[in-house]
Amino acid sequence: MTRTSPQGRAEDGISLPEKLPVAITVNGVARQLRLAPWTTLLDALRDHLGLTGTKKGCDHGQCGACTVLVDGRRINSCLALAVMQDGASVTTIEGLASNGVLHALQQAFIDHDAFQCGYCTPGQICSAAGLLAEGRAGSAEEIRELMSGNICRCGAYPNIVAAIQQAMGQP
Amino acid sequence: MTTYIGTATSRIDGHAKVTGTAKYAAEFNAPHLAHASVVGSTIARGRIARIDTSRARSVPGVLAVLTHQNRPPMASDDSAYKDDVAPEGAPFRPLYNDRILFSDQPVALVVAEEPEIARLAASLVRVEYHVDLHVTDVHRQRHSTFALEPVERLDDNPFAPPPPRGQPEHSLASADMRHRAEYFVPIEHHNPMELYASTVVFEDEGRLTIYDKTQGVQNVQRYVASVFELDPSHVRVMSPFVGGAFGSGLRPQYQVVLAVLASLSLKRSVRLVLTRQQMYGLGYRPAMLQEIELGINAHGALAAITHEATTVTSQHENYYRQETGWSGLLYRSEHARYAHKLARLDLATSCDMRAPSAATAVYALECAMDELAVALKLDPLELRLRCYSERDQHNDRPYSSKGLRDCYRRGAEAFGWSERSPEPRSMRDGTELVGWGMATGVWEALQVPIAVRIALTANGHAEIACATSDIGTGTYTIMAQVAADMLGLPLDNITVRIGDSTLPQSPVEGGSWIAASVSNGIATTAQAIRAELLHLAKAVPGSPLRDLAPDDVVLLDGRLVSKRDAAHAVSIADVMRHGGVDRIEQEKTASFHHTGAHSHNTHSAVFAEVKVDEQIGIIRVTRVVSAVAGGRILNAKTARSQIMGGVVWGIGMALHEETLIDHTFGRIMNADIAEYHVPVNADVHDIEVIFVDEPDGIVNPLGIKGLGEIGIVGVAAAIANAVHHATGKRVRDLPITLDKLQR
Repeated sequence: MTRTSPQGRAEDGISLPEKLPVAITVNGVARQLRLAPWTTLLDALRDHLGLTGTKKGCDHGQCGACTVLVDGRRINSCLALAVMQDGASVTTIEGLASNGVLHALQQAFIDHDAFQCGYCTPGQICSAAGLLAEGRAGSAEEIRELMSGNICRCGAYPNIVAAIQQAMGQP
Repeated sequence: MTTYIGTATSRIDGHAKVTGTAKYAAEFNAPHLAHASVVGSTIARGRIARIDTSRARSVPGVLAVLTHQNRPPMASDDSAYKDDVAPEGAPFRPLYNDRILFSDQPVALVVAEEPEIARLAASLVRVEYHVDLHVTDVHRQRHSTFALEPVERLDDNPFAPPPPRGQPEHSLASADMRHRAEYFVPIEHHNPMELYASTVVFEDEGRLTIYDKTQGVQNVQRYVASVFELDPSHVRVMSPFVGGAFGSGLRPQYQVVLAVLASLSLKRSVRLVLTRQQMYGLGYRPAMLQEIELGINAHGALAAITHEATTVTSQHENYYRQETGWSGLLYRSEHARYAHKLARLDLATSCDMRAPSAATAVYALECAMDELAVALKLDPLELRLRCYSERDQHNDRPYSSKGLRDCYRRGAEAFGWSERSPEPRSMRDGTELVGWGMATGVWEALQVPIAVRIALTANGHAEIACATSDIGTGTYTIMAQVAADMLGLPLDNITVRIGDSTLPQSPVEGGSWIAASVSNGIATTAQAIRAELLHLAKAVPGSPLRDLAPDDVVLLDGRLVSKRDAAHAVSIADVMRHGGVDRIEQEKTASFHHTGAHSHNTHSAVFAEVKVDEQIGIIRVTRVVSAVAGGRILNAKTARSQIMGGVVWGIGMALHEETLIDHTFGRIMNADIAEYHVPVNADVHDIEVIFVDEPDGIVNPLGIKGLGEIGIVGVAAAIANAVHHATGKRVRDLPITLDKLQR
């Protein structure tokens, strides 16, 4: 540990952590990065890969805006260190549409006006995609419960539930 | 012609928002971008004795540590810091001097090559303070307040206590029944999902392009130019997308000052993103204490009302809004008295938050009305109908329109209010108690001068430009709808540009005033476009429109058409080709002349159902019906979302939201989005929104009133009243948490 002298000078200095190689497949594309161990998956996506569709709303796993799919499972990317995702396959909001055709959830969110400011939206949609893959949600009540990790301050919740129900009705 | 106005059109920016391509303030990039991190004070009041930045500076990758001692120059007069919507007083100046005005006030800024490095180094800045005694508890300060002077005419200061009427004390003394109670709403924080952020791009000759999270790009542009004494033409502020704001972005926030300071100091581009915790050092809804007394005579008409409010502001500015006058709009009462006092606390200055003062004051008023109805054994809706006021009693004038009776009727029908059993604790669903409550909502239909530029090209496309913002309300979409109808073009042929300070003048986006203002602005400019097209059309030999005036023609399906005979028409493309132009551009300012003959307001009736598990005290809001009289509805889809969002806010206000301060340290204890509870998906159930038909040819030519605020007003009262109906317990201090029900 460093010590502070009475004059407040760092005697032994502070060194930065070494950057490590990380291989992540993001939206189907293999990416090679060199990242410090303290860089979160969220910051790696936003700051190092330019994928700003994934949002930072709290950086503490409290709001869900940073939700992405890692190997098909929804996680808060602000609580995951990027170096620990070495070898993982990550899907972000930018990777949901295919060949210019929106994912059923994306279209349903537009149809049902399931957002206002749009900031929580990528996290809501990724979380909903993870929810559908889990196959646990049936009723509106279950959707509400299982989507409660994603805060929408604009209060679009009833429309979010309706959008997810629409997407569930589609093959 | 209204092909699009009023329809349930999906948002034109929807695709960008669901694909992640909509970019917010922290998402713009620049070469050699540096990253900043804020060090906040740990005391609430005092002075900085010493700052030691040596360890922070020793971290590799740190570029600078800025404090009040080494920052670049800033203006020295208060007037330079007065933004467009600043209250009276001396605005806070970030990193200006050694004074500490509130806890977590910025005291240093670390700038580094990477955000994580800046954050690490910020943790190494050591600050010593001379500590002064602080007070952050409104209950402790309530007897050391100062009163706002009532005004003779509210037009002189719409936020001051209204003039008294009659002899309220005498009338109360002789009333058949009186109700007096005190109500409390704690400090609440906006908590928009997007973190406050500024990306300052340092360009040639020191020009700055600032991507800022704000509700007013031109407000920030003027403020930054003023604070740093820059040539205003060298400062451009952009906010094409805003991740919610709810009033917190009306005034420039301190991160933009700090980001510009760092950029000017380093002559580099800089990004500063506040943490969620730091956002609790920005503005907030002031806590309020309200004492309301109602006197009523035997046949259920109000005899008198007195309303006394105490709200919170900082030591350095006087923030307040119209807290006490709402009853004068809703309920007929010959005698009335209003008083509003401010309590100074060692906090940042309070600020506008969704339906400022109406959300809090109408909560108190509508709970008091419910209590009176209970005491009278009268249906709460019936009491409101008996007391209904057709006139604004403060200004003694009628309303341009007031569809509140329709709101009561249609809301009650949709809710099934007539099935309500009046006795508290008389309705059950299995083991749960069921409560039905209702309340009234009211807000103002405001309008502000605004400029709109329209550029129409010969290929039938139009660009609509205005420096307003879309904070999630749907401004992009309603602007496109109105423009498409006014120009007779398909929606897809309209491009909307907003959120850029170089565009035509717009005031800040707030108060529910933008929809009405910018729509009428588009109509005004479209009129000028039409006149110019007609002028060109008349020059075409044999023109069927040659004898017509601008008001005799409309734009329809890409053609200029006579209103008298639709067969008389010319295509826009032909007219422009003949005139030798491929582009017509007009910019006009719409201003709104208020004759003073009418008051302009929106209204609502809110009905709420709660279910209460009495054993553990859990309250669920299972159903809300909100019936709104808000003038002409521009977009049935986004309008419904606005009201629904307001209802969700009302649920939060009633049951969840409360900023908790440790008064020993003067510091907010729950400064994050897990400890400060906002409604989540599982908290929200059925919400039905009804818009009653409310034509209004007086408020403005298009009859638009605005919807951003009205959705929240009255909701907390309807829920509190429902909780009383379910449990027989009257909780008068929000939020109604389960511990209060157990007392």
